[in-house]
Amino acid sequence: MKIIIMGCGRVGARLASLLDEDGHEVIVLDNDTYSFRRLPASFGGTALYGNGIDEEALKKAGIEDADMFVALTQGDNRNVMACQICKHIFEVPRVMCRIYDPLREEMYSALGLETLSPTKIFAQLLREKVGESPEKKAPGKKGGKK
Amino acid sequence: MYIIVIGGGRLGYYLLKALLNEGHEVLVLEKDARICKTITEELGSVCFRGDGCEAATLAEVGTGRADMLVAVTGDDEDNLVACQVAKHKHNVPRTIARLRNPQNAALFKKLGVDVTISATDIILEAIEREVPTHPATELLSLEEKDLVIVDVKISPESTTVGKAVKELTLPKGSKLALIIPAEGSARVPAPATVLQAGDQIIAVTTPETKEALQEALRGI
Repeated sequence: MKIIIMGCGRVGARLASLLDEDGHEVIVLDNDTYSFRRLPASFGGTALYGNGIDEEALKKAGIEDADMFVALTQGDNRNVMACQICKHIFEVPRVMCRIYDPLREEMYSALGLETLSPTKIFAQLLREKVGESPEKKAPGKKGGKK
Repeated sequence: MYIIVIGGGRLGYYLLKALLNEGHEVLVLEKDARICKTITEELGSVCFRGDGCEAATLAEVGTGRADMLVAVTGDDEDNLVACQVAKHKHNVPRTIARLRNPQNAALFKKLGVDVTISATDIILEAIEREVPTHPATELLSLEEKDLVIVDVKISPESTTVGKAVKELTLPKGSKLALIIPAEGSARVPAPATVLQAGDQIIAVTTPETKEALQEALRGI
């Protein structure tokens, strides 16, 4: 698959190298070339300087025949706008959007975007962790730990 | 009218002032506390500190009863999201967004923003109007009706000079509204009206047939 990732932060860079290892064609887009330092030396994909909310930059990244677009910048609104460009203008088959704000995430999900809110997911995960006591999780080790 | 303005920068500030002068109920949403304080000190409690892209903030300022939301921050993505939240969460009947990148106009329209305004485009149009050789200028765009009002200038080289209006083949959906001759007063074109060099023709057409109309009127 040809996958374009917008935002080469910690998550973006990690996802890019994982997908690259899986054998996908990966293009990472960031408007700060310094971010590309996060990509491992083994990364075999393309790192491209450009603004993901600019149609020209997206075209340069090859959006017209991309199978998937993932928006992972720090700005919810930038992610939302880039994803809507990819979905409605370039008709990319699959578009994924990170939105920190849970309320905004719900709204755009209702509007048809495939959205992920790390805030919601992580809070839920922590809540589950709180629910399970360490004793319950490892009963054999109870009191035996030094 | 209750109008909500997103962004208290220079544009937002002067917009707020003008709208208040016209007697509207206006509220500016601004993230920066300092800017908010300055506006409040000068113009009263017409500025609310908060993120205009957040549904909760918009709910707090009664966006549900707003007649219009105008997003004029310096970032296109923020203006887009503010308009979309206003539209989809609070059913604001009319949303207006400022554009930094004129290319975004089509996308914003597609995503439900009612009106987009780009300073770049406005300045370009002003320049085109000033350049006498430029044959056609778009004067007004009636977006809901998908029509534009254009101004076409007939130059001495136009092959239509000396022809009557009825001899012209205009594209479908185009209508001539007014002929302003180089000298004399403006008149409503009749089928027998003859085109002359220096005429300025005000016409209604669609965005798609704009070029065709220009060709039909100028014959070049």
